[in-house]
Amino acid sequence: MTRFRPKFLAALIAAFGHAAVLSAQETPLALTGAQLITISGETIEQGVFVVHRGKIVTVGPRGTAIPAGATTRDVTGKVIMPGLVDTHSHIGSPAAGDQSAPIQPDTRVLDAIDVRDASIQKAQAGGITTANIMPGSGHLISGQTLYLKLRDGNTIDDLLITNKAGRVAGGLKMANGTNSRRDPPFPGTRAKSAALVREKFVAAQDYRGKTARAKGDVEKLPARDLALETLVEVLEGQRVVHHHTHRHDDILTVLRLQKEFGFRVVLHHVSDAWKVPDEIAAAKAPCSIILLDSPGGKLEARDVDWKSGAVLEKAGVPVAFHTDDPVTDSRLFLRSAAFAVRAGMSRAGALRALTLTGAEMLELQAQLGSLEAGKDADFILLSGDPLSVYARVLETHVDGVKVFDRENEKDRLWATGGYGAGQPRAAHLCCFGTSEEAR
Amino acid sequence: MKIFTPHFAALVSLLVATAFAEDLAVQGETVHTMAGEAIRDGVVLIKDGKIQSIGPAATVKIPAGTRVLKAKVVTPGLIDAHTVVGFSGILNQPHDQEQLEKSAPLQPELRAIDSYNGRDPLVDYIRGFGVTTIHTGHGPGALISGQTMIVKTHPANLEQALLNPAAMTAATLGSGASADKGKAPGTASKAVAMLRAELIKTQDYIRKTKLAADKRPARDLHLEALARALDGQQPLLITVQRHHDILAALRLAAEFKLKIILDGVSDAALVLPDIKKSGFPVFLHPTMSRASGETENLSLETAAKLRKAGIPFAFQSGFESYVPKTRVVLFEAAVAAAHGLSQNEALAAITIDAAKLLGIQKRTGSLEAGKDADLALYDGDPFEYTTHCTGVIISGVVTDAQPR
Repeated sequence: MTRFRPKFLAALIAAFGHAAVLSAQETPLALTGAQLITISGETIEQGVFVVHRGKIVTVGPRGTAIPAGATTRDVTGKVIMPGLVDTHSHIGSPAAGDQSAPIQPDTRVLDAIDVRDASIQKAQAGGITTANIMPGSGHLISGQTLYLKLRDGNTIDDLLITNKAGRVAGGLKMANGTNSRRDPPFPGTRAKSAALVREKFVAAQDYRGKTARAKGDVEKLPARDLALETLVEVLEGQRVVHHHTHRHDDILTVLRLQKEFGFRVVLHHVSDAWKVPDEIAAAKAPCSIILLDSPGGKLEARDVDWKSGAVLEKAGVPVAFHTDDPVTDSRLFLRSAAFAVRAGMSRAGALRALTLTGAEMLELQAQLGSLEAGKDADFILLSGDPLSVYARVLETHVDGVKVFDRENEKDRLWATGGYGAGQPRAAHLCCFGTSEEAR
Repeated sequence: MKIFTPHFAALVSLLVATAFAEDLAVQGETVHTMAGEAIRDGVVLIKDGKIQSIGPAATVKIPAGTRVLKAKVVTPGLIDAHTVVGFSGILNQPHDQEQLEKSAPLQPELRAIDSYNGRDPLVDYIRGFGVTTIHTGHGPGALISGQTMIVKTHPANLEQALLNPAAMTAATLGSGASADKGKAPGTASKAVAMLRAELIKTQDYIRKTKLAADKRPARDLHLEALARALDGQQPLLITVQRHHDILAALRLAAEFKLKIILDGVSDAALVLPDIKKSGFPVFLHPTMSRASGETENLSLETAAKLRKAGIPFAFQSGFESYVPKTRVVLFEAAVAAAHGLSQNEALAAITIDAAKLLGIQKRTGSLEAGKDADLALYDGDPFEYTTHCTGVIISGVVTDAQPR
């Protein structure tokens, strides 16, 4: 939390001649003339878009009244859409669970993320304003994920989102298939993987029961267990499971466990989704999918196909995209939607998948994901059609603060790369290797 | 029960593909010949696998009964200047990874044709986007990993598809050449020292092979292969990323009068004058390559800078150790086209420019009478994400007709 009051800050900026805006506007900012892709409603040509104090205040057609005293910028010919929501990313190089055990729900990305990592700057350059930062997929349960607003933060606290329950917003990362398989104490087969997970959830049910029966009596309460406590949040529906899964049978295993324990789940990657769309639809499990340049690279991803977006959309399954950065590049996140459209997904569905549908998967749809008055002023300014290879992200705004400006020399380096762009970025590739057990 | 399983469909497509080339006419609203201006409303006539004639529709008469294919945009079949497709298989399991043999740091004797798998699904995959020719083989990761080859992505027999069975010798400098811990080379200097020693040994071998029969050395496959790199028959393809390692490669080339190609070259923008002065061409890293470690300085704008500096270059899909198992050279050129390169320049770098740098320009790379009928058909700007490749023709055979 900053102790500087806005007025003092403004004076400070003026004094040092910085062009960078460090806080949300005290005066309203009106952007006029752009195409407004609202996501929640019709696209507005040459619209009026006004933000103030970190919130969207006006989304309307040409001629809509602009608040008195507003700073007005003519952005005719440009496109404005909501900031992108990446439902699965590893920016900030987080690690949660270690190699000591396959189930570690007590570990938190919160305690492991570097908010100064270049990958976060690059994500802003790609138009991403909200991301679900996940630990890797090398565990059955690898830890607690974190939903972040990609503000320019000094510490992790500056990027956090507080959810309705007053808790730091985030989910739980789980995985099945081959990534979480290796030598003991890790499972060696798929059945063993499921058995270990069931065992832990049964323990969590028991823990929850004991806690309830104790009715707050300290003498009767079970000893506090951080892992089980987290799983109780999952059982109570307060923490969504983000489940890495590829093969069709592994997808069905997730759905089977979900049914048994009643947790809420988002399926991630879901390479074989196009083989079992009806089963996924019946379970009402939303899917966060990845679109890769080619299939393969690991056995489970052999059949990954751009058509999954279209197939799932047709089956009525909510679809969002993710970068899995560094697996795909945050700066090119828009490309995922374009490839989904190439393979048959609707344009509206694909644009929604980049924004509002992703927000729904993170339970943030009430505050972000579309251009609507009252929502957070998270938006991007594009040079053209978001699905075109030639379109560029010109500006990214989070809570009304410009966090990326292509005109700015430093920001531009994050967008294009070049000498120095990689310096603070540590290579964090969770899954390199050639053998099946290698993650 | 479904009769048309994917395997059956694949079999049918193979049977079709092995059929003789048929006479075809391809009509394009825009035909990028890459030999002069694009032709509006153009026709390419194909006979016996070759381009018979090409020109505006008004000037090219299509013989009655000829099968006609239509497309919005027609380009020459695309060329991937450097890949490991056919070597690094789709599954990424030990049994399908043939691109790197780590038992010794210098193995120029490893021929590409002895392990190329033209039926790996990734060959079909990239062909579906219009890639008709690949320069593939032993990959980066060893000081000298082996040889490379140039082949059409034709699913028919290898003999027909081969353009050059022994194209180049693949080398790596910089930390990418490092052997396993405790083994040489372990540093960039050691790598150069080892390569110099081996080339000197080769010079000596070449000298001795010219002596009288009884004084000639026993045949040595290893040195024989290096001799072909030394005399320029098989240029040395040096994968190198850091600026100082690029200079080391140029130093080596000057010392041994080598014909080299700079491959990868993430730091190219830092040493443009040196590269330009050397006269050597560049096979640029995939535009969207991951920036980390040796490649941390790569930029989406390097292609445009090479072009501006007048350095000949081509695009490649490169090598991925993980996901995705290959990139698609069309997409790499597309992103460069969105970052300072003109559309025509980007297209040239995956067609005629690549053909020239690979020495196959007499066969393919542009749409001209007498050249192989290698064509790619699109329903819009080939670089746009949402455009589909609607057809692929290799040596007059329609290999793909499903929009991709």
